Amino acid sequence: MATEILDARGPERLPLVERPGGPAGRGPIREGDGGGGPGAAFDPAQFGLWAFLGTVTMLFIGFTSAYIVRRTGMDWRPLPLPRLLWWNTGALLLSSAALEVARRRRAALDLRGLRLWLGATALLAGLFVLGQFQAWRVLRALGFFLSSNPHSSFFYMLSGVHLFHLAGGLVWFALVLFRLRGARYAPAAGGRTLSLFATYWHFLGLLWVYVLFLIFVF
Amino acid sequence: MAHTEAHAAEAHAHDHAPQAFIWKYVFSKDHKVIGIQYYVTAMLMALIAGLLAMLIRVQLAWPEVNWGIIGKLMPLGFQGGEGQPYVMNPEFYAMLFTMHGTIMVFFVLSTAPVSGFGNLLIPLQVGARDMAFPFLNGLSFWTFFCGCVTILTSFFVGAGAAAGGWTSYPPLSALRGAVPGSQIGQTFWIIAMVFFIASFTMGGLNFVTTIINLRTKGLSLLRMPLTLWSMFLVAILGLLAFPALTGASLMLLLDRHFGTSFFLPTGLVLNNAPMVGANGQFVHQGGSPLLWQHLFWFLGHPEVYILMLPALGFTSDILTTFCRKALFGYKAMVGAMVAISGLSFIVWGHHMFVSGMNPHLAMAFAVGTILIAVPSAVKVFNWLATLWQSRIQYKTPMLWAMGVVSLFISGGLSGVWLGQSAPDIQLHDTFFVVAHFHLIMAGAALFGVFGATAMWFPKMFGRLMNDTLGKWHFWFTFITYYGTFFPMHYIGLAGHMRRIYDPYQYEFLKNLAPLNHFITISALILGASQVIFFVNFFWSAFKGEKATANPWNANGLEWTTSSPPPHGNWPGAIPEVHRWPYEYSNPSAPKDFVMQSDPPLAVESGH
Repeated sequence: MATEILDARGPERLPLVERPGGPAGRGPIREGDGGGGPGAAFDPAQFGLWAFLGTVTMLFIGFTSAYIVRRTGMDWRPLPLPRLLWWNTGALLLSSAALEVARRRRAALDLRGLRLWLGATALLAGLFVLGQFQAWRVLRALGFFLSSNPHSSFFYMLSGVHLFHLAGGLVWFALVLFRLRGARYAPAAGGRTLSLFATYWHFLGLLWVYVLFLIFVF
Repeated sequence: MAHTEAHAAEAHAHDHAPQAFIWKYVFSKDHKVIGIQYYVTAMLMALIAGLLAMLIRVQLAWPEVNWGIIGKLMPLGFQGGEGQPYVMNPEFYAMLFTMHGTIMVFFVLSTAPVSGFGNLLIPLQVGARDMAFPFLNGLSFWTFFCGCVTILTSFFVGAGAAAGGWTSYPPLSALRGAVPGSQIGQTFWIIAMVFFIASFTMGGLNFVTTIINLRTKGLSLLRMPLTLWSMFLVAILGLLAFPALTGASLMLLLDRHFGTSFFLPTGLVLNNAPMVGANGQFVHQGGSPLLWQHLFWFLGHPEVYILMLPALGFTSDILTTFCRKALFGYKAMVGAMVAISGLSFIVWGHHMFVSGMNPHLAMAFAVGTILIAVPSAVKVFNWLATLWQSRIQYKTPMLWAMGVVSLFISGGLSGVWLGQSAPDIQLHDTFFVVAHFHLIMAGAALFGVFGATAMWFPKMFGRLMNDTLGKWHFWFTFITYYGTFFPMHYIGLAGHMRRIYDPYQYEFLKNLAPLNHFITISALILGASQVIFFVNFFWSAFKGEKATANPWNANGLEWTTSSPPPHGNWPGAIPEVHRWPYEYSNPSAPKDFVMQSDPPLAVESGH
């Protein structure tokens, strides 16, 4: 077998081949050469979450380009901005702030404060969701439906897609609460779960501000 | 945090694989099982989409043929019976090519190489126990499976499956009354697409995270095999490009069912009646069908590289293994793949040269497209330089890899024609385009999948595929593939339109009948010869020759563990990496291959 392999070698003159990965690819192994092991550059879950936020961002970039193209249509009628939306926006941003306070309470090992501020986060998130439904009702009462004109179509669609992502966030939030409640107080593990969720929740807040800006200001 | 991860990985290695059949083989979280599930599902979908292609070809060669029993079995697709010959309905023909394209592009050629081999190979090649998110991985497969069920069910709902082409251009796809295929079948098409995209996104998140975070010690990015590089780039392409189709699909759904006008312009006339509402106004106002085309092709062009790149990666790994030579120009190969991926985002307009776009814009898209020829040529020349003066071992995987090189060249050359707006305006929507993309996109991807199947079969089932049957399969496929698609260049140049039910209703296409007969006979042999593959696949999976850990004397990490690898991939510690994966025929080494995990040679430790 071995001789057969040697016979299968190429001719004597080996072509010059550049070997990547350090000097001729032969250097000593350094810590963190690969992503894994003790020298790992990122937490995989955090990295995966950011990649997911990237793909959601691309979705809204797609919607934005459609919005810009469609806005030039003759049938574009401006949509009135329901005042309620400002309150909703405030509630969502405050729930982000409450989540940050909760994280700090957790870091300070204040379990009671953690529960209190997580409760505030949930309450404000609930207010946002109810407020969004109410805003749709207000617009319907004014005679602006999904199909009335492109501006209202975009508003219902984008706020709906945002709310869909927010619903996913709420399911995740429930899981986080369950973990923090059910497990004994474990600072490290709880902190990671909470910080992952916080990344997503803050993203949703920013995304909503962007949607609002795109539809009513831009 | 990283420490807890490392501990978690170790704990994972020590715990036992799930024993119950349902958790081990059905709702598995093991990347190898999921990879095989994806692969087998995709190949069964290929069987269905391939049969649709056979029906298309027979119709194109002999539109007057009596379909007999086939027509009797599908009463919606054919008319006739009671003494009359069965003739195919034009609507049914439109459904055939739509579903052939949709299933092949999304559910076969995006799935088998990327989701199938990606899941199988990524953890093995990066040196990880599993993917970064095994649960998400299992969820991804079952989401894909729902997509498959949805797209197959659409054949049997309402008036049949979608029939607006795999690109589903509105208004045809947005008006339910336009054609039978635009009824509920089109809605199923959209839902299947959303399932597919969700599944592909979950897979893509797993791919990038695993490759960035879980590489073993020593495996720097520039020591990764090109298969890994291709999977990494494909995952990024998917994550960035697919959302455009998600958004567009949602808007199409709203246009279809909720009266919005994202894509529907004013003044539509349906079945000779203007589409006006009770108030005398047009129901749909001011929408832009072109908007769909932009969003669709913003996905669509990266999508064809999602099909292509894994095949290019497999080819590089297979070529070096079977010509026992180091890969020529590794860094240039990586750079070329990165360049192809980057360029794929700025060339979508070349699918729309006839849409009335500003010629200056068309010029920009054309220049970007022609630029892709540069990294593509880099790849081809490096492959040829790798093959140059080597003593090639003509095993089945090698034949397929060389087939990929051949198809990549012959299909790429016609791409240079089509990439420029002036020739494209002549050739658009002719069989020239069909010839082009079947050679380069479909063909290269398919040959890549067959090559990878023969190459990595040991890591799937612990056995080798039969080499003789594999070679018969290759030669039948190779010859009939060219026999089917090469003549399409000629009929395309002669003006033969694609997506046409009966070419011979036009005087100027009548003399193309002999070529069409040749193509169809070739296509039927091509279809029939796939039986060899399926026989070989299932026979070898159960009865094939048992494979050793490294049957090809290859260098990658996947060859350091047994065939098939155990749960957790390596029974002991994960191997460390000391070099790139293409160290073949180094005269200073004791063997003609030095595996990535072999300890440094004397000559490698410096001077």
